[in-house]
Order: sequence, then structure tokens, then C-alpha cells
Amino acid sequence: MKKQDIVVRFAGEGGQGVVTSAEGLAQAMAQSGYHVQTFSTFPSQIRGGPTWTQTRIATTKIHGSGDYLDVLVAFNEYAYLHHKDEVTPGGVIVYNSGEFSIDDDDHVLGMNFDDLAKQTGNNRAANFVVMGALANLVGIPVNVLEEFNKHRYTRGRDSDQQIIDSNNMALSLGYKEAIGRGLTIGELKNPDQKIANQILVNGNLAICLGATAVGLDTFIGYPISPATPILLWMEQNLVGPGKFVYQSTSEIESIVSIIGAGYSGNKAMTSTAGPGFSLMGEGLGLAWMAEIPIVVVDVQRGGPSTGLPTKTEQSDLLTALYPGHGDVKMPVVAPGTVEECFYAAAMAINWAERYQGPVVLLSEMAMAERRQNIPRPSVNNLPVEKREIYHGDKEAYHRYEGSTSSPMPIPGGPGSYVANGSEHDTLGDTTHLPERHVEMTERRFNKLNLLNDGTYEFENGEAEILIVPWGGSKGPAYEAYELLSKEGCDVGWAYTMYLHPMPEKMLNELKKKKLIIVPELNYMGQYSSVLRSESIKAVSITQYTGLPFKVEHLVEKIKSFL
Amino acid sequence: MTLKNPDYDFKWCPGCGDFGVRRGLEGAFEKYIIENEQPIENSVVVAGIGCSGNMVHMLEKQQPFGIHGIHGRSLPMAMGIKMGNPDLNVVVVAGDGDFLGIGAEHIAPQAMRNLNITAIVMDNGVYGLTKGQSSPTTDLGVITSSTPYGKMEEKTHPLRSYMTMGVSFIASGISSKIKDMSDMMLQAMNHPGFSIVHIQSPCTEYNNTYEALKGNKSKGIEPIAYTIAEEHNPEDSQAAQDLINAEGIPIGIIYKDSSRITFDQKLFQTTGAKSMKNTEDFMDMYSI
Repeated sequence: MKKQDIVVRFAGEGGQGVVTSAEGLAQAMAQSGYHVQTFSTFPSQIRGGPTWTQTRIATTKIHGSGDYLDVLVAFNEYAYLHHKDEVTPGGVIVYNSGEFSIDDDDHVLGMNFDDLAKQTGNNRAANFVVMGALANLVGIPVNVLEEFNKHRYTRGRDSDQQIIDSNNMALSLGYKEAIGRGLTIGELKNPDQKIANQILVNGNLAICLGATAVGLDTFIGYPISPATPILLWMEQNLVGPGKFVYQSTSEIESIVSIIGAGYSGNKAMTSTAGPGFSLMGEGLGLAWMAEIPIVVVDVQRGGPSTGLPTKTEQSDLLTALYPGHGDVKMPVVAPGTVEECFYAAAMAINWAERYQGPVVLLSEMAMAERRQNIPRPSVNNLPVEKREIYHGDKEAYHRYEGSTSSPMPIPGGPGSYVANGSEHDTLGDTTHLPERHVEMTERRFNKLNLLNDGTYEFENGEAEILIVPWGGSKGPAYEAYELLSKEGCDVGWAYTMYLHPMPEKMLNELKKKKLIIVPELNYMGQYSSVLRSESIKAVSITQYTGLPFKVEHLVEKIKSFL
Repeated sequence: MTLKNPDYDFKWCPGCGDFGVRRGLEGAFEKYIIENEQPIENSVVVAGIGCSGNMVHMLEKQQPFGIHGIHGRSLPMAMGIKMGNPDLNVVVVAGDGDFLGIGAEHIAPQAMRNLNITAIVMDNGVYGLTKGQSSPTTDLGVITSSTPYGKMEEKTHPLRSYMTMGVSFIASGISSKIKDMSDMMLQAMNHPGFSIVHIQSPCTEYNNTYEALKGNKSKGIEPIAYTIAEEHNPEDSQAAQDLINAEGIPIGIIYKDSSRITFDQKLFQTTGAKSMKNTEDFMDMYSI
């Protein structure tokens, strides 16, 4: 039987071409119609250090990045020793025999990556040697890889053809090495249904595309892993009249200056990770209090403090909900897939405009760096919202009047007022009167009711026990759900990226259930504690390794609750 | 505050220098909107936290827009507002604690960018609203509620700091000289770049420096504040250096460099001059 799903992991040192190989393979396979997903993890340093990236290739839609490896490509001995146990029985290890040797057995293919590359006249062609070998091992037609090579290296330079030729030669050298060894892991089936109109992006890119699609005007950020690529993309692309993008001197400057931009009428955003988000707490409180639309993207990494800058974790949920002192509860959108990152960014900006306040978009390292082919988002159907602006001519406009959001005056237009972070009256002037604090606190919380249009997924909703993950744990959790369903377990599925406010119907459904199981990547079981505070009987399956869940592990854990 | 607002429950103490600063600022706005033929709604007052920040509520004449944010962060706020709409006249009102203590880190970056806004700093050498703690401009050795055995650090020298950081317009005022102050504020608003008007605005409650600043002939006290000689050329940076390094507090326009490009002009020339791709073109970049 032909294979439908293959996982290839490239492991070595930073700078050896590990990431390029994995992403090259992903792109080549996506171009020929397969569903692909990469997962990367690397140390917090520029060159060197153990790095690995894996590419999952499947004939049908996939949700996770794959538990076990069909092929391990080990660039050095350390990589071999640390990853060999994850190779599935029947899998193959391709290793660089120029670096180390493995006592020969049936499942290894040693090649001198560097020597073979040198034979092509291009020392940097080692990636293509490896891909050539893979083509033979998993039955990928070599012309798919040749097409990719041509596409990738046609850059309008004189050296293009030379590089393309040497890479093609590398492919064939690698291919022949694998033939000589006579190994195979089975031929990959043709893709079932090609995604008709697709883009290949990672989570950070999808956020950039979603935010600009709804008219982002201002972006101010400070470099921090793993959110920096959002800043860099914006610096390059958020240009033109009326746009402002800038690298600030701190996350405090970022948050306060986007509040300024939001106040002066712009759609404004920043992106950061845990340490920077902590510095933004006071600013988020101000935006909530003074009613100013802004969006903060927190690409979560391992915490607390500096924590694990390049590893994944879902441990910022509670701080996202309650980032500052006092009575505040932020709207939080947490996408669970690369595709959702696009819509989450668009919705976060729409929400901020609609209720005139701050919105937190929670992403995470594993999704930020995950490259995946997704259906090209349809821009025509995307709602684009803009705050209600005050255009009136009243003698003294009461900007904060009423029990919910009201038209916002913009400097330069009518209705001058003081946007105030101190408790205030309807004009915006500071006051300490008890009745005003009551009125204004209720107004601010009441505005959240404007955001009750989040969508959610519900499958086998009759079941007494539901799996309800959040964020990037959605992928492995859904695959676990599918496996359990196939086994005949009576378990259901509910999911939303709108963590707060949660769609009311979904909330009511969850309240009726015997048990809600929440897989999440943190120690404290943060989301289940939030659900319990809503009178939902929820428990967490936690993991705090800096790595995503394995499906197999989740299946086992969920079964223990059934 | 457009009305006599019964809800508003903040007051400056009798004799507070900030009353004078308010009159100066109201006068500057009046002239600014006539000279520049702009509605008052084109001006935005960005307030820090402290007695000085309440200026944004205390203005009694025509009402500009205002924002009363968080302690120390008036400059980043002003940057967001100005760069979000470069047509606005943005004026920061802050105290010495807000501007030079908690907010000190934000001065140099705006000076480097030459952000085209005006900051009015009310310096009373003390934290007034929290009842009399030492501030960056409190003298060495002074006993305050937070320095019961005397202040242990040298005071900062604001005018020297501004000069070193590259602020492109520096003026120094005193709250009792309202007309002079008003003229300097107006020039600051019209200056293309980052302007600071640093005003001695004494706190009658915790650090009454009126006598020291203005002197008292009957007691034989010489004033430490003096008006800058007419022949001083603010465009001469050496002359400006000499002024701020000399004894006493010079009152008047110390330094002015109108030749530097402003941050918003720079934006207009660089990224602002490019054209942004539309969403479909962005998607095409990642299409496979």
C-alpha cells in the first residue's frame, strides 16, 4: 500500500542548512499538491547549537506536525543520538558520513554530504544531495524537486543557471546514492485533492497579512523572539502615505505610542513576546480605561522571565486576560492554526475598532515558525470595521456618556475631550465620585457584549465529555479526537479561537457537560481554571517541555478520563 | 474642561506656579490658532501624571483635545499621536518627576528623531501630588519626606541634559513671567522639531523657591533666575552651552536649530513616499 503521510526530520547544527532543507522540501511538495506542515525548534543563538526542523507531507489535510519520523536526516552525531529513538520501525536514517559513522544496519544510509556537494562544483548544494536521496526513499518524482529548484533560484542573476545546474546534479547524486543502498520506506501516494488556490506561509506571516488586509495604519514594535519577524515584515511592507511603522526603544514605548496612534484615529498594532508583554501591562490598562482601540500580538514562548525564548508554550493566557492592575479583562483571540492566524489578526483589529479598546492576539512560537500551505484567504468576504467617529457639533460632547460604546472624537475633528486613564466623568475629566466609578466600570465591561460574534466548532456535541483545546494545541488535539472517535470512544469536540469573550452559545453548552478536557502547554492548567471560574467542570492535560503535544500522548491521557 | 464641572475634584494649591503656566499656555494656544489659522481642535495636550498633568483638565479657555495617560510616558504618547496625524499640534505637559525621573529614558530618542512636538516641563523640584518626596531636580542634601537624612544624589541639570541629548529648541521660563513664557511656548509650537520649554514652577506647599528664584532685596537675597541678554544668539550652540554652564537660571530662549529635518518630514520622504502593495499582491508573494 502506498504511503499517505510521511514525516521527515532534519537535525544538525544551526547554519548547516537544516531549516532550508525542511522548508525546501515542504515548498516542493506543496507545489506538487501535497499538504505540508513544518515544525522548527532551535537554540537562542545565531550560529551553531542543536537545531531541528521537520516536514510532514500528506495526501490529505493534516492538523499536527507528526509524532514519529519516517526519515531522520542527521547532519552530525549529536543529532543522530538525540533523535534516533523517534524514528518509527521501518523508518530510515540518512546521515552525513563525512561527520561520523553508524554501525551499519538495515535502516541507515550514510552519504558524505559535503563531498557529494563538492562534486557538483557548488559547496552549498548539500541540501539538494539530501533531497535527492529522499526522493528515492519516499518515491518523490525527481522532477518535482527540479521544478522547485528552478523556481527558487531563478532570481534574475547571472549565476542563476550555474546554481540550478549544480543543484540538479546534487539531486541526481543523492538519488543514486540511495538507489545504491537499496532502501525504501514505500512510495508516497498521489495527493487526493490539491488545494486549488494556496499560499505557503507561517503564523507570523499570516498575522501580517490579516492585519494589513483590514487596513492597519500604524505598527510600532521592539525586537523579541519569536515575534521579531512581524516587526521586520511590517518595516518592509507597511509603507505609503498615512502609514507609520517604527522600531521603538522598548515595549513601554511601543504600547504607549500605539495608544497615541489609536487615539489620533489610526488602526494601530504592536507585537511582542512574554517579557515585552509584561512591560505592556500598564499601557493595556490605559487603553481599556481611556477606551482607545489597539491590538497587541503576544507570540508566546517559554516563560517566566526570559524563560525559553525559542521554545513553544501556552503560558501567557492568564496575563493576556488580566495584564494590568484593577478591574480589567482583555478580549483575547488565540488562533489555533496558521490559517486562523490570518482571520484572528483581522478580527482582533475589527474588535478593537468596534468596542473601542485593546484586544490581545495570542499566538505561540510553534505556530509562528510553522510553515504550512493553506487556502488563499478570500479578501472580498473579509469584514473591515472602523470605529464610530463623532462628527457632531455639540457645545460640549460627552464622550463617555451611556452604558456602552459611543462615537469617538478624533483630534483635528469636532468634540475635543480628555481621554483619561484616571477615573472620569462623561466629559473625560478626573473624578473620584463613587457613582461615577460604578457607572464607568459597568460601561467598560458592558462594551464586551459587542464582541459576542465569535464562531466555534462543535462535533459529536451529544457526548458527555468534550475535548476543548485552545491555541496551537488544536492540531494534535484534533488528531487525538479523530483517533478516539475511530476507536469508538464517546467523546466530543468543541473549539473556538475567541477565548474572551467566548461565544455565549458555546459557553452554555460547555456548562452542561460532565467533563471538559483541556490539553494545554503550561504547568498551571490556565484555560481550565478560567473555564472552572465560569462554572464549567474542566480539567487540563498539561505539558511544559517547550515542545508541542504528541498525538499518541494525548490519546493515552484522554482515555484515562473516559 | 469646558464647563465649571462639579464632578471634577482636583485643585492646585493657592500660589502654585502651575496657575501661571496655565495662563501662559492658554495665551500661546490663542495666538497659535490665529497665526496658523487652525481650529483649537487641531491641538492636543498630552499630560503626564502629577500636579502638572492636571493642566489638561484645568485649561479654561478654548478646548484643545487632551489625553491624560500614565506616569512618565507622555513622550511616547505624543509620538504616536503626531506620527499618526502629522497635521496636529501636539503639546506635552509634564513635571520634573514625570519628565526627568520615571520618563527620562524617552527624552533622548525623541531628540534623535527630532519629533515635531512641544514639551512644557513644570519644574518644582519635588513630588507634590504624593506629598513632598525628593525629585531629580531636588538639591543635594535637602531634607524631604523621602530623604529624612538629606538627599544623597546630585540634582540633574535639565537644560544641560536637553542640550547633550540633541533637543533642537530649548527655552527656560519662570511661572511668574506669564507673557515671556507665553511667547516662548508659541515659538516652541512653531519650531520645526522637538522643543522643550522648561519652566520653574514653584510648589508653595513642599518646595517654595519663589524667593530664591526672584530674590528678596529687603533680606539681601540675590535672585538666581535672570533674563538672558538680548544679544544672545540661540542659533549659536557655543553661546547656548556657555549660558547653561554658567551660574544661575537663565530665562529666555537658549538654543534653537531649525535646520534639522523633523521626524514626520523624514517619514514623508522615506516610507511615506513608497506605495504599499494591496492585499492580493501581498498574497501573490506567498502563492505557490
